[in-house]
Amino acid sequence: MAKLTLEELKKLREEKRKELNNRRTEGKDVQVIVGMGTCGIAAGAKDTFDAFLKEIDQSGLTNVTIRQTGCMGLCHSEPTVEVIVPDMPSVVYGNVNPDVAQRIVRKHIVGKIMINDHIFDKPAADIIK
Amino acid sequence: MLSLEIQFISLTTEIAEVLILNTTMEKPAADDKKLTPELKEFIRQWKPKPGNLIMVLHRVQEHFGYIPRNVAFEVADLLDVPLARVYGVVTFYHLFKLKKPGRFKIAVCMGTACYLKGGEDIIKELENILGVGLNAVTPDGEFSVEAVRCLGCCGLAPVLSVNGEVHGNVKKDQLAEIVAKYKGT
Amino acid sequence: MAFKNYILVCGGAGCEANRGVDLYKTLQKELQEQGVENEAQVVKTGCFGFCEKGPIVKMLPDETFYVSVKPEDAKEIVAEHVVKGRPVARLLYDKTQSRTNAKLEDIDFYQKQVRIVLRNCGVIDPDSIDEYIARDGYDALAKVLTEMTQDQVIEELKKSGLRGRGGAGFLTWKKWMFTKQVASNEKYVICNADEGDPGAYMDRSTIEGDPHSILEAMTIAGRTVGASQGVIYIRAEYPLAIIRLENAIKQAKDYGLLGENILGTGFNFNIEIRLGAGAFVCGEETALIASTEGRRGMPIPRPPFPAVRGLWQKPTVINNVETYANIPMIVLRGGDWFAKIGTETSKGTKVFALTGKINNSGLIEVPMGTTLREIIYDIGGGIRGGKAFKAVQTGGPSGGVITSEYLDTPIDYEHLQKLGSIMGSGGMIVMDEDDCMVDVARFYQEFCVDESCGKCAPCRIGTRTIYNLLTGICQGRGTMDDLQKINEIGRAMQKAALCGLGQTAPNPVLSTMKYYEKEYLAHIKEKKCPSGKCRDLVTYYILPNKCIGCTVCARRCPVGAITGERQKIHTINQETCIKCGECLKACKFSAVFRR
Repeated sequence: MAKLTLEELKKLREEKRKELNNRRTEGKDVQVIVGMGTCGIAAGAKDTFDAFLKEIDQSGLTNVTIRQTGCMGLCHSEPTVEVIVPDMPSVVYGNVNPDVAQRIVRKHIVGKIMINDHIFDKPAADIIK
Repeated sequence: MLSLEIQFISLTTEIAEVLILNTTMEKPAADDKKLTPELKEFIRQWKPKPGNLIMVLHRVQEHFGYIPRNVAFEVADLLDVPLARVYGVVTFYHLFKLKKPGRFKIAVCMGTACYLKGGEDIIKELENILGVGLNAVTPDGEFSVEAVRCLGCCGLAPVLSVNGEVHGNVKKDQLAEIVAKYKGT
Repeated sequence: MAFKNYILVCGGAGCEANRGVDLYKTLQKELQEQGVENEAQVVKTGCFGFCEKGPIVKMLPDETFYVSVKPEDAKEIVAEHVVKGRPVARLLYDKTQSRTNAKLEDIDFYQKQVRIVLRNCGVIDPDSIDEYIARDGYDALAKVLTEMTQDQVIEELKKSGLRGRGGAGFLTWKKWMFTKQVASNEKYVICNADEGDPGAYMDRSTIEGDPHSILEAMTIAGRTVGASQGVIYIRAEYPLAIIRLENAIKQAKDYGLLGENILGTGFNFNIEIRLGAGAFVCGEETALIASTEGRRGMPIPRPPFPAVRGLWQKPTVINNVETYANIPMIVLRGGDWFAKIGTETSKGTKVFALTGKINNSGLIEVPMGTTLREIIYDIGGGIRGGKAFKAVQTGGPSGGVITSEYLDTPIDYEHLQKLGSIMGSGGMIVMDEDDCMVDVARFYQEFCVDESCGKCAPCRIGTRTIYNLLTGICQGRGTMDDLQKINEIGRAMQKAALCGLGQTAPNPVLSTMKYYEKEYLAHIKEKKCPSGKCRDLVTYYILPNKCIGCTVCARRCPVGAITGERQKIHTINQETCIKCGECLKACKFSAVFRR
């Protein structure tokens, strides 16, 4: 990547912001975001991540992106996963082991039904708009 | 090496440390470790940068698992610093080791949250299972146990790590299983 | 087909106890009876906090937050909210009860947390500079490089009232101004990421979740004070944070946001990483500089302050991770925006690592001035296992304890200091009735003995002496004289030790002696440990009238100290007993008794 000028930085920001907000890059409108800080990984986030990959692959879903992020702050219920599905409010699931990951794919993403006992509140409103 | 040691005499405050060095670092007979060409290259790259000693020692320990006696001499030589400074730095910082640890390093967190949630019991139980206490290596060279200050996973307390892999919410009766998982692999 | 509404019913232990299950079932029944079961799904969730106001119901997607909801309210919620789309006003959480949220108009939710430092943590991919840029990343740097003078940046920081988050709370703008004012051909910007407090991991999470915010802020600092080299001093124990920083530095260089001629403005700034090697004292700024220079991390007396003579004897700005993470937002939104959050003397937010005997341990960020009660009960979900709250320890080995009578104290620099504690870096460790305060003081003192660099006598000898006295008290050898001695040594250390570590090392013991004198007296006079933690002071007995001879305790005892035949009364051999308490846990008939 070439060095950015001021103008190019602005342009890049606009582009990337649209991508993040629309979340419809390359026709992928479902996002699974796994918290992969040290705590999350210690609690098994890597296994969770792999379980999502496997389950989505097996279900033949092509509209799902799986991404990593840092710590969401809910250390008591790691691994944590945010699930964003069109027409559904985005929610954070906690204590997501590979088994729960499978249920999230089958019920939440495919069936559009939320799963009991694993949703946690997002800790704060986003200050960046 | 003689010239290097003469250098120390002027540094009166550091003489005592050199004497200790000769007795506490592993004896040369049992320690034929040498800097590898890669390590020498790493040292050559860092040499012009001021304040390089700690970064070099990190790299050396990453390779050997500890700072072998002969290697400490080589590092001092290559970086052109008194051996006593190398020894001073190695012994000041908890992370640097003069003794070879086990093939699997078990680090039991004794940060506050883990301490309150039974970190001490974990160490005692490991002692039962492995037959050696803190900062010692099992006779087969497989395991060593150390107590560390906060692995930064307080939400999962009590925690321990084996060669950097963190296990959280550890219960006493899971320890045998955790040890078995690594043994002989 | 997705539902139009989701009714989230808190399934945390507190809400369950308040008939949360009934509420869940009633809501489902009401949906069916009113014929809207295809309009909304009732979901049972994990704990949402606010346990004292449970059961909690949160409606999605409109984020309506109902508190103290009873099964009887289900009908109205379905009829009004689901069918007609109108919130049930009488069940809404009364925002005015929260002293902190009203102050920031663009944040108007029930939540107690405001995330400025952690704005990107858990949102962006930390390995993607593009996602950071999409969320206003490097916009502040662009503004500083093209629209602001150095003095304007300092002016904004002054307006913001930002104070150092690592320890004493020195005003950040002053540090920057002092460094800027010194004429020198070379200056340095250091980020202190040597988070050594046991029980604190805010800085690790911030770097792991949002490494670019630190790089951006350091570059802004470099521009403001006239430095071209930055150093991040980070614990070697944080491998993931180091990898993410290295990756972020590389990405920023590729984009020309670090290195030569940043954004084509002619400004040069580089950042390199230096690793710590496990020494708590290196959190002290002069010791950190010594360690960065490759030496033993021993502090030197100040002045001269690092702002005048720091790394390689050059003027140096040192701030910690959390302080830096605030700076891009202050530059973008202005100092006045930031100063609206918090209290008179402490502006902005503070990140805490809430751990210990709490239900919802986690990383939280609250406006300064939030009370401990709000943190522990509304965010933390109360004490684990329904036990009684005893104390909160803040500030780690340099801090002190806060007792239940001070739960309503607003948390800021001044109030904590008045209570004999400090903000420190932000570890907040909750203790319950099972924790012995003498033992906790001993634990912290042991830490300080290990971590004292040994340079000055008050710290080197003082920590060791206090530790020995405390160990004696925990083992039943304590006298009233010992308390007097601890007090005198502690006061002397506070005045005479060379650096912050030694000056604050007596804080945990002095603070527990002040608030838990009774516990100390019980250890000394009655040779008893009220919480049963100090093993030398407890004895386990088997009550003959309750023991049925089931042999469970004898089988569980790791040292074979319990004897007795089947169906006969068992006894504990006190000589062999190691007081591990396994028998107490094992006995199903409450026949084991601890004194």
